[in-house]
Amino acid sequence: MIIDLPRFIAAERPAWTELEAILDDLALNPGRRLTLEEARRFHFLYQKTSADLGRVATFASEPELLRYLESLVARAYADIHETRERGVRWHPLRWLLIEFPTVFRRQVGAFWMSMLVTLLGTAFGAFALLLDDEAKAAIVPAQFAHVLKDPAQRVAEEEAEAVNPTSGAHATFAAQLMANNIGVSIKTLALGMTWGIGTVLMLFYNGVILGLVGADFIAAGQTAFLVGWLLPHGSFEIPAIIIAGQAGFVLARALIGRGDRSPLAARLRAVARDVATLVGGVAVLLVWAGIVESYFSQHHQPRIPYSLKIAFGIAETVLLAAFLSSAWWRKMGATR
Amino acid sequence: MNGELRIRTPEGITFAYPLAGPVTRCLAWGIDMLAILTLCSVISMVLGFAGMISPDLAQASMAIVFFVVPVAYGIAFEWLCRGQTLGKKLLRLRVMDADGLRLQFHQVLMRNLIRFADLLPGFYLVGGVSCLLSRKAQRLGDLAAGTIVVHHRKTREPDLEQLLGTKFNSLRAHPHLCGRLRQRTSPAQARLALQALVRREEFEPGARVELFAEMAAHFKSLAQFPPELLEAMPDEQFVRNVVDLLFRTGEAKARE
Repeated sequence: MIIDLPRFIAAERPAWTELEAILDDLALNPGRRLTLEEARRFHFLYQKTSADLGRVATFASEPELLRYLESLVARAYADIHETRERGVRWHPLRWLLIEFPTVFRRQVGAFWMSMLVTLLGTAFGAFALLLDDEAKAAIVPAQFAHVLKDPAQRVAEEEAEAVNPTSGAHATFAAQLMANNIGVSIKTLALGMTWGIGTVLMLFYNGVILGLVGADFIAAGQTAFLVGWLLPHGSFEIPAIIIAGQAGFVLARALIGRGDRSPLAARLRAVARDVATLVGGVAVLLVWAGIVESYFSQHHQPRIPYSLKIAFGIAETVLLAAFLSSAWWRKMGATR
Repeated sequence: MNGELRIRTPEGITFAYPLAGPVTRCLAWGIDMLAILTLCSVISMVLGFAGMISPDLAQASMAIVFFVVPVAYGIAFEWLCRGQTLGKKLLRLRVMDADGLRLQFHQVLMRNLIRFADLLPGFYLVGGVSCLLSRKAQRLGDLAAGTIVVHHRKTREPDLEQLLGTKFNSLRAHPHLCGRLRQRTSPAQARLALQALVRREEFEPGARVELFAEMAAHFKSLAQFPPELLEAMPDEQFVRNVVDLLFRTGEAKARE
């Protein structure tokens, strides 16, 4: 049997047009919620169009009509069978203050892993410097050439400067720092797709640089300068990179799927929202770190006493720790 | 070579999305790169003027623009334009959820952030290889986000009136033979005849005559119309009349 297409189209077109109008409306207003009657009508039209598609696919031979109905059914299918939230309006503050720490808590195992790799890198960097004087020149990349100087000489020069060298270009410097650090974080996250190998390498290398520079300043007796310079921005920057590593490891764990028998696509789908939240939080932390590094960290004694800078850095560290652990506090409060 | 993603709904209906291949996607990406460069150039020109007021702020804005625009371009367009960037729109591609569901923001974000891994070690090598090896033509970003890139097809209703016209169909004078023809013709054969008519202008003249002669002979073998009726009727006109019979019944014609 072959369908009489003109009659079939004439009879069914009103339903298709109505369904298309609802779909267009839902696409234009993602936050719109259908009333019970509207939802029933929508479901009825979807089923009717599905049945028409079934008839056309079986009895008719018109590819354009088939494609048209397939497209309608596919769009309606996406709206009817979607169970994940979308219509809910995104609240940036709620996302940052509630969702980000909650996800951080949920994936905290990956954070400890990321922290461990960074610490191993730091230890390696420190030992490399103690064992070999040329390690610094061999490991530190060209962009950190200023670090290659003798720490005591660098401290003397920077403390003697009447004005900060970035003075008048604070905003540019802050923007460059943000762009560079967020770029590094994205790479650290994305390399999770290499079964985590790339993420390990990125974190370890960051740790090596950190350990090398830290050990160099401490060995030269410039600990106060080092802590006063590093802590104000590092208290946000270093945890941010570690959280980016955490996101990379979450991805890698889903990719490897050890102990999880669900299909790869399902495993990745399950963690995608968490990974996106973590990387969004990292970006916010790094914007703050960039501002602090440009406008505060680069000013040294006597312009700003190290004690003040260190106190500021400690306060930031405590606040960040309290913020990241807020999900634990909330859970404890809820169970009481 | 490019496959398609078939989705079966709980209602028992199956529909398919044709997957986009790496070459088309690469072309779309090239167009997007040009758009990004243009956008950055225009913004930096504007910021150049702002530099007369505050060089520091202008430089800072430029550093942010050159970092944010390439990253945010794909995220913003794919989210706001329902899975299409400028390049994808021009090449009729669309990013979709791999299960046919609605595209979520975190999926758009993920597939664009993982692009860095796809670009390694250069020229989208990892992404290209992944796309070729993946059953759903997914690069690493698509795999992580649970998305696919499909060809977005035109969806318009067929216009049979334009194709078949409203000329008198002399075969209709023999309703019992018309009924037999409808009964004996399979949907696949009807589709072939319709498509041959739709694409008739694309054939070489010789091939066109040969094709319609073959089709006419086949349909004539299914129902024996009187020879005097077919005598002066060219093969192509006969096939056109057959398609008219198959797709438009007598009642529909009478209503017109």
